Amino acid sequence: MPDMTSLAHPQQRAFNPYTENGGTILAIAGADFSVIAGDTRQSEGYSIQTRYAPKVFRLTDRAVLAVNGFAADGNMFVKKVKQRLEWYRHAHAKDMPLRAIARLIQTMLYARRFFPYYVYNILGGIEEDGTGAVYSFDPVGSYEREACRAAGAAQSLVQPFLDNQIYFKNQVPAPGTSHPAHLPLPTVLSIVIDSFTSATERHIEVGDGLEIYIVLAKGRTLHGTESIGGMQELTTTDDGERVFVVRRDLKKD
Amino acid sequence: MSIMELNGGSVIAMVGKDCVAIASDLRLGNQALGISSSFQRIFPVTDRVYVGLPGLATDVTTLRERFRYRVNMYTIKEEREIEPETFAHLVSSTLYEHRFGPYFIEPVMAGLSKTPSGGYKPFIAATDLIGCLNFAKDFVVAGTASAKLFGVAEGLWEPDLEAEDLFETISQTLLNAVDRDAYSGWGAIVHVITKDKIITRTLKARMD
Amino acid sequence: MSSPGFNFSNAVRNNFLQEKGIPLPKATSTGTTIVGCLFKDGIILGADTRATEGEIIADKNCEKIHYITESIRCCGAGTAADTEFTTASISSNMELHALSTGRAPRVVTAMTMLKQYLFQYQGHVGAALVLGGVDSTGPHLFTIHPHGSTDKLPYVTMGSGSLAAMAVFESSWKPNMERGEALALVSAAISAGIFNDLGSGSNVDACVITATQTEMLRNFVKPNERVEKERRYTFRRGTTAWKTENIRSLIVSEDITPVSAGGDAMDIS
Repeated sequence: MPDMTSLAHPQQRAFNPYTENGGTILAIAGADFSVIAGDTRQSEGYSIQTRYAPKVFRLTDRAVLAVNGFAADGNMFVKKVKQRLEWYRHAHAKDMPLRAIARLIQTMLYARRFFPYYVYNILGGIEEDGTGAVYSFDPVGSYEREACRAAGAAQSLVQPFLDNQIYFKNQVPAPGTSHPAHLPLPTVLSIVIDSFTSATERHIEVGDGLEIYIVLAKGRTLHGTESIGGMQELTTTDDGERVFVVRRDLKKD
Repeated sequence: MSIMELNGGSVIAMVGKDCVAIASDLRLGNQALGISSSFQRIFPVTDRVYVGLPGLATDVTTLRERFRYRVNMYTIKEEREIEPETFAHLVSSTLYEHRFGPYFIEPVMAGLSKTPSGGYKPFIAATDLIGCLNFAKDFVVAGTASAKLFGVAEGLWEPDLEAEDLFETISQTLLNAVDRDAYSGWGAIVHVITKDKIITRTLKARMD
Repeated sequence: MSSPGFNFSNAVRNNFLQEKGIPLPKATSTGTTIVGCLFKDGIILGADTRATEGEIIADKNCEKIHYITESIRCCGAGTAADTEFTTASISSNMELHALSTGRAPRVVTAMTMLKQYLFQYQGHVGAALVLGGVDSTGPHLFTIHPHGSTDKLPYVTMGSGSLAAMAVFESSWKPNMERGEALALVSAAISAGIFNDLGSGSNVDACVITATQTEMLRNFVKPNERVEKERRYTFRRGTTAWKTENIRSLIVSEDITPVSAGGDAMDIS
């Protein structure tokens, strides 16, 4: 006789459409520049899916978006943001301003309030007034403009380090001096690199490679940082903001 | 909610040049509710050995007394002070004895051990809640802010810091880590152990 | 207090806490790659050196090849504390066994003691072991699972990186390898775990055991040294604001004051 006990009770099964793909991103705003970085490891559980999966994307010459969380959602989200920016360019014959992109991302995320994109977004770039800016988002579109933000697997390792080194939290300035409101580009770059090498040391999902995007305000030069090895310019126009990318190796264990 | 988050708290220890430092926050909580901002969780074991006991507060008290008893018995039987390495193994075996009903404590130890030539060598160690020892050469962390402490310490720590520089580094590491942890904070205390003195300072910290 | 074995005095309290839905904090585990391989003159054991607490690396350079006797060693994966204390306990019993029999102890003896111990605890002692050594009956290599089952094979792997390491063994292992070739193979197997398994990392430890000697090659390969930092992060002294200070001096000073400097001499008549 067949076993009927399994039919006596209702069975429940669930499909989980989300996975977590590790990695970490961060962005820091300067006075007239913005730095957006992310590692390139994509993992699931204890396995590495790929050692090079970009998480940081150039949107326009003045906006760069970093996405972290569920990689499939992240890639689809970036694709859709890029599509909306292209439509904007066709309709208005100019690139969308950074603060408008930020608001666009909010509405796109909130549109999926009850089946969210499982991603944390950080948008970095140059504002219309020429200042460096960073916007950070939660998966359903709550956002805020900040001077620095880390997100992803190693957020808890990196953010307090940035609080200390960027905001000078818990540091008393030397008598008769005060902390600078903005740091110079070379300093910011080295803090970014050290943040990622530190996170790689202590977090299993961070490593393999590092991509750092730099957005410069109109007329601003790279002074002092051209010498950094492997820097590549991605700018498409020649009289506006400029975008650069620096690629570094991280430990692969 | 983990049992570690019931009362909160974090401890860190670092090695410097001929010195060590151990520091912790001062918060005692009942989950999100702060109860005390003067809860001691670092205790002297001998003149040059300190132990920090982050975790469940009831076990902080129990283990402190247990370690005091066992260290006193050791001192009487051996007629000498316990060395930090020996104390670390004492802590480890005490916790592993309770492998299947553990104390919810992740001890952190810091001290100076005597060398055969009569000098002192920095020593730090930490164990998990069932006594697995971790002898690190740079720093060890434990408690609810452990991930944050790992991140900041990995960034700020460097080798061969003098006592006063080690004080700054361990203080900055602790302060910035606990400020991002809801279960740690509410004041902080630092002990720097050198060959001829122990400097204890309470820090000016965020109280929110 | 002095009775041997485990102490369950906290179990009632902890079960109560667990029934309220509070999960137990995670112990340090060695999400490990450990291997062992037979070669012409004996056994080579290998291990990585990463210890993790969840996704955080708790120890970057821990030792996973444990001492059992001079010619028997044991790699441990699983709950770190269990591998540490189980191997230490069996090592102690092996020494006593050697003393009472007056013979060099055998690998099967260690294997039997370990499996009986682990079986007794029905898998609750979470130690997954690779045991290897050379004794009077020749070289032996075993795997021991947490529930007490054992295997005897010419090449073995265990831990979260076992598949990565086994892939290397399956493609390149052959009988009667020379020492250098076998050591390179073990190193390649551990490296496969280090680079392809997130639970494993840092350095390669190896141990070569032959009939005549045992060589512990601690940090045999170090392929993951941290690069120099871009900046120095020492703070200006006085950066941290503090409220109170207490300095306890450990210097014991004695001042000897002669009481009768100019007084009369003692009467010693």
